[in-house]
Amino acid sequence: MRLKDISINNLRRRKSKVLFLILGLTIGITTVVILLSITRMMNEDISNKLDEFGANILVIPRSDDLFLSYGGLNIGGVSVDAQTLKDSDIPKIRQIEVKENISTVSPKLIGVVEIEGKKILLTGVLFQEETRLKKWWKVHGAVPKSRNGVLLGNEVSVRLFKSAGDHLTINGKTVSISGILDETGSQDDFLILGDLTFVQEVLKKPGALSLIEVSAFCISCPIEEIVSQISKALPHAKVTAIKQTLQTKMEALDHFKKFSLGVSLIVLLIGGLIVFTNMMASVNERKREIGIFRAIGFRKSHIIRIIFLEAFVVGLIGGVMGYLLGLGISYILGPVITGIKGGGILVDPVLAVGVVFLSVAMGILSSIYPAIHASKMDPTAALRAL
Amino acid sequence: MSLIEIKDLSKTYESGEEHVPALVGVDLNIEKGEFVSVMGPSGSGKSTLLTILGGLNHPTQGEVVVDEIPIYKLHLEKLADFRREYLGFIFQSFQLIPYLTVIENVMLPLSITEKSNREQLNMAEEILEKMGLKGRGKRLPDQLSGGEQERVAIARALVNSPPILLADEPTGNLDSKTGTEMMELFKSLNEEGQTIVMVTHNPENVAFSSHIIYLRDGRVVDGEPAIMEKMRSEP
Repeated sequence: MRLKDISINNLRRRKSKVLFLILGLTIGITTVVILLSITRMMNEDISNKLDEFGANILVIPRSDDLFLSYGGLNIGGVSVDAQTLKDSDIPKIRQIEVKENISTVSPKLIGVVEIEGKKILLTGVLFQEETRLKKWWKVHGAVPKSRNGVLLGNEVSVRLFKSAGDHLTINGKTVSISGILDETGSQDDFLILGDLTFVQEVLKKPGALSLIEVSAFCISCPIEEIVSQISKALPHAKVTAIKQTLQTKMEALDHFKKFSLGVSLIVLLIGGLIVFTNMMASVNERKREIGIFRAIGFRKSHIIRIIFLEAFVVGLIGGVMGYLLGLGISYILGPVITGIKGGGILVDPVLAVGVVFLSVAMGILSSIYPAIHASKMDPTAALRAL
Repeated sequence: MSLIEIKDLSKTYESGEEHVPALVGVDLNIEKGEFVSVMGPSGSGKSTLLTILGGLNHPTQGEVVVDEIPIYKLHLEKLADFRREYLGFIFQSFQLIPYLTVIENVMLPLSITEKSNREQLNMAEEILEKMGLKGRGKRLPDQLSGGEQERVAIARALVNSPPILLADEPTGNLDSKTGTEMMELFKSLNEEGQTIVMVTHNPENVAFSSHIIYLRDGRVVDGEPAIMEKMRSEP
């Protein structure tokens, strides 16, 4: 027989009280799991819908000689050779440490061309990336599928009297107009958008880029972390976070996270108090028994170990039950509370181990005083009741 | 050298501003293999003497030396080790742990030793057999008769083969027949060499012991009162 047998047998004897104790911890852990799961569901929802918000990081060359405006932002000039972005920078962005948080990388080359006596911004893009980034685009006609197709901004099509299916000559090269963009109210209305490699050829800047728009989201780290990692990967570029795109939503989520933390702490505190009062009552009930243990040679540390072992078992059961219950409730109630459809159950081993550890730690922490109290009991006082 | 030496032992309980002397200047020597009965009226200090002998109650003054160990000079945890190695306690009302089986109750003092489960089990089974409780190991204490519970308590006290057995009113909760059986068991253990110190109210129990200490108002009364002598001569 070992001390653990004494603990387990005692727990078995006091079934109803032990169940109450486990229930206290289970409720605490369940609450933590539900709140964590819902916060995660909301985070993942933002992450999944990220493309709807457009780019939130802008990469431009480190140059301050000439300014061009893109969406109200000043971008480095392409005519200055000092520092330019290159096609080869794209894979570098894709290879940063938190690369899994990067959704879209959309490079652009912008240059001024003269068409029919009018100066117009010609922008080379990767249409596949660009359309992912700008889900709000509505195109009359089609998005170009070949190098020789271009997309006209609404204002440009009006100025040039062109519609889908017409042709244009840009710097001596004839291209077909695949589609016209509906009015967006943004800089896109004033652009001719062509295939990146075609525009590089037309502007005689092979491999050069004016800017790179990045759409990224990081659940566990701030956007600044991604910005800093891209900056490190591209020392010749200036990387800026366009914060307002996600700021409001993130702030709301941040408030919810703080609220969740507060509620979790209060519920855990109540759970801890339940363990504490129950353990104290149990120790006082067992005064005589502890006196016998001490009389037959149990050290104070043996008494403490018996109490801690009981707290460990209770914490372990409470943690496992709390996790499973929390998972079940999140699965059922999560979509109702958050309004997010199809929010799957989050079977996260880190969360599972974490909350079970938390439950065990709570059980033991709340039992420190009762255990010390028990070990300090005067055995003769305990035996006087004999 | 005696197995137990008690020198100038005093114990005073503080109750508010009141000082209640429980033992006053007690000197005693108990030899190895003795069966000592401690007698006296209620409040004479019998239980205090037993708890002090048991390393459970620090004296106000004086010294208790067991096997040349001044026990109250030991660190508290070492004193617990001393109790485990030197003493077997038999409490009034047996004091078995209700949620442990008979064999687990007997193994209790062994549970904090290095002994393997198999060794513990063998030792417990052996002593239970000696106490006539073979086959009762898996029962819970409340499934046994008073006499059987008392024998489990003795088995628990002896499983570790302690040099000294301390008993507090061991027959207090038993009918006279079972009480006598218990005393006969104590006598036979004593004949095998076990040192026993027993606190008792019951003059009939005294007849089984080899030495009587009579306490009155916390002091050892010189010479054994005639009634004790009488009891001792008529077992």
